[in-house]
Amino acid sequence: MLDIKNLHAGIDGKEILKGLTLRVGMGEVHAIMGPNGSGKSTLANVLAGRPKYNATSGTVTYLGKDLLALPAEERAREGVFLAMQYPVEIPGVNNIYFLKAALNSVRKHQGLEELDAMEFLQLAREKMKLVEMDETFMNRSVNEGFSGGEKKRNEIFQMAVLDPKLAILDETDSGLDIDALRIVAEGVNALRSEQHSVLVITHYQRLLRYLVPDFVHVLADGRIVKSGGKELAEELEQKGYEWIEDEVLAAR
Amino acid sequence: MTSTIEQIASQEYKYGFVTDIESDQAPPGLNEDIIRLISAKKNEPEWMLDFRLRALRHWTTMKEPTWANVKYGPIDYQSICYYSAPKQKKKLNSLDEVDPELRATFAKLGISLEEQKRLSGVAVDAVFDSVSVATTFRSELAKVGVIFCSFSDAVQKHPDLIRKYLGSVVPYTDNFFATLNAAVFTDGSFCYIPKGVRCPMELSTYFRINSAGTGQFERTLIVADEGATVSYLEGCTAPMRDENQLHAAVVELVALDNASIKYSTVQNWYPGDKEGRGGIYNFVTKRGKAFANAKLSWTQVETGSAITWKYPSCILQGDNSVGEFYSVALTNHYQQADTGTKMIHLGKNTRSTIISKGISAGFGQQTYRGEVKIMKSAEGARNYSQCDSLLLGDKCGAHTFPYIEVRNSSAQMEHEASTSKIGEDQLFYCQQRGISAEDAVSMIVNGFCREVFKELPMEFAVEATKLLGVSLEGSVG
Ligand SMILES: Nc1ncnc2c1ncn2[C@@H]1O[C@H](COP(=O)(O)OP(=O)(O)OP(=O)(O)O)[C@@H](O)[C@H]1O
Ligand SMILES: [Mg+2]
Repeated sequence: MLDIKNLHAGIDGKEILKGLTLRVGMGEVHAIMGPNGSGKSTLANVLAGRPKYNATSGTVTYLGKDLLALPAEERAREGVFLAMQYPVEIPGVNNIYFLKAALNSVRKHQGLEELDAMEFLQLAREKMKLVEMDETFMNRSVNEGFSGGEKKRNEIFQMAVLDPKLAILDETDSGLDIDALRIVAEGVNALRSEQHSVLVITHYQRLLRYLVPDFVHVLADGRIVKSGGKELAEELEQKGYEWIEDEVLAAR
Repeated sequence: MTSTIEQIASQEYKYGFVTDIESDQAPPGLNEDIIRLISAKKNEPEWMLDFRLRALRHWTTMKEPTWANVKYGPIDYQSICYYSAPKQKKKLNSLDEVDPELRATFAKLGISLEEQKRLSGVAVDAVFDSVSVATTFRSELAKVGVIFCSFSDAVQKHPDLIRKYLGSVVPYTDNFFATLNAAVFTDGSFCYIPKGVRCPMELSTYFRINSAGTGQFERTLIVADEGATVSYLEGCTAPMRDENQLHAAVVELVALDNASIKYSTVQNWYPGDKEGRGGIYNFVTKRGKAFANAKLSWTQVETGSAITWKYPSCILQGDNSVGEFYSVALTNHYQQADTGTKMIHLGKNTRSTIISKGISAGFGQQTYRGEVKIMKSAEGARNYSQCDSLLLGDKCGAHTFPYIEVRNSSAQMEHEASTSKIGEDQLFYCQQRGISAEDAVSMIVNGFCREVFKELPMEFAVEATKLLGVSLEGSVG
């Protein structure tokens, strides 16, 4: 599904990812953990094609395509979804209208018929139930005045509607109460299948208890420095990152 | 018999110029002879000519204003032709003969084929002929006593109404451009709604019969008699080109006791090319007067013109009268706009609302100029003003000049202002969901304008939304 090889990338001329390599197979769920400022959001943004981030070398292959060559909207239409660490407010733009425009541009690209208002509303209602979101959110402006947790839930709602092939969740669990956490996990689990892969960026083991990852990676100083199974997350929670840094230093 | 000969003789003396009186066009220049020619061509009564002459004499003492925040080369008022007979547009046989670029824009705006034909002067089928539609509408209006006709017709057929109200809101001495208009205006619209009548349909210049080209110096007068209600639409979203660069229109609204006038404009004059060459200069004076318990509401969407100078205003003379101003102005490429409103509170408990949304892209420059005046007599007056600017890119500009003058301490004033940019983060958020940058910008801009668009009549609002999208093309990337 996704094959990242020796990726170097940064922002404003500052290199942040320093030779990152990662493979995500079809249907797999990978968790990425790592200290603040290690480059997790940078990786997410580079994969999603945010223009202010530049990849300087290395390759990213997604479903056989050169991902880095595509503009952001093309990547989205090809099934890459990023649930953002800080979802953006768009005043005056109706939440449901926005999502309908998004879904239809994705469907159009994939050669599917665009949904009309009725069909879309039906789908949206169904997915809102899944994420236990109140229908009043439909008619509000995109994220405007939403609480931190509501914004995150809206991201999961959008993900559920857009049904992406590769979902990247950047700290979607931060700032969520226990119920919301479960909902996010259920949202991801509902997506989980042979055809869908998920990359979860998180600081906490608690999300990974609901959402059992196939692999856990530690990102430090722009590289994946350790990979393992779900036990690695537990170990990190107990011991912190220092021991890994020591290990890495020792290995050099 | 003798008297007619005498008349002709004296007329010729009076005109005293060499041009053939039958010619379709006056020589360039502005003087009393030209004014007399215009008036004679239109077969106007003496009082109308008088009005024009007084205006001209006053105009010659005036200086072109320079306070507006717009820049343009000097206009040579003596090189303009102030009269030419309404020309029949050259009829085309089919839409294939229309400029393909114009057709592409029509298509983007979703303008129907029949409408496209009408706008570009293609002969239309009798069934769809706008004149026949207009006739049907006219008879419906006549049933309730609404008068809706060209200004010239009104001068002939309803002289009492014109004499009573012409210049009653915008006096001929008002300002340089309004005074020029008073002297040389060629035509426009007149509308009268009788006492207690709710006009049964939206009136639009589109359906005005005899609409022989809007002209450079247009004059509109709308009078809503006591308790009457009317909604009036001006302009259309289709791009309008005109060989005349300078446009100076005057619009006067009179809302008598308990009357209500809603005036909506979508203005899409040619803004010039991408370098800003050749666009229309639009210097407009629009003002309404509201008597007791009356309501005036201006809604405008301005996307065209190279230069726009326009301040639809309300004189809230009667007690409890209400004035509203909702505006969206967009400047792209090298367009400049200096717009805003004036709310003059005279009556007790008068209320006014100002919502202004300015969008600048490219090298566009935009100025909001709002004046709220609470006079001594305006006990308990209230004003709410909100002006927001949205910038696309960093070569454009937005400027805000609110003037507030309060002479009655019981007034309640509220003012809010904001300037924002379409953020990289907002654009990326949309793109990440599969929405193209252009669609994202137009979505965000439309969201920004929502409070104003919801004041527009439904059909107009839909068109305005599309219009913004088209006007913003090429502003991202
Ligand atoms: N515009 C910028 N110029 C220079 N450095 C930047 C810029 N933007 C981000 N950085 C730096 O890049 C580094 C990586 O940031 P990133 O957001 O990827 O970290 P993260 O792993 O997601 O951290 P967190 O866990 O706190 O979310 C940080 O040190 C940050 O300060
Ligand atoms: Mg981060």
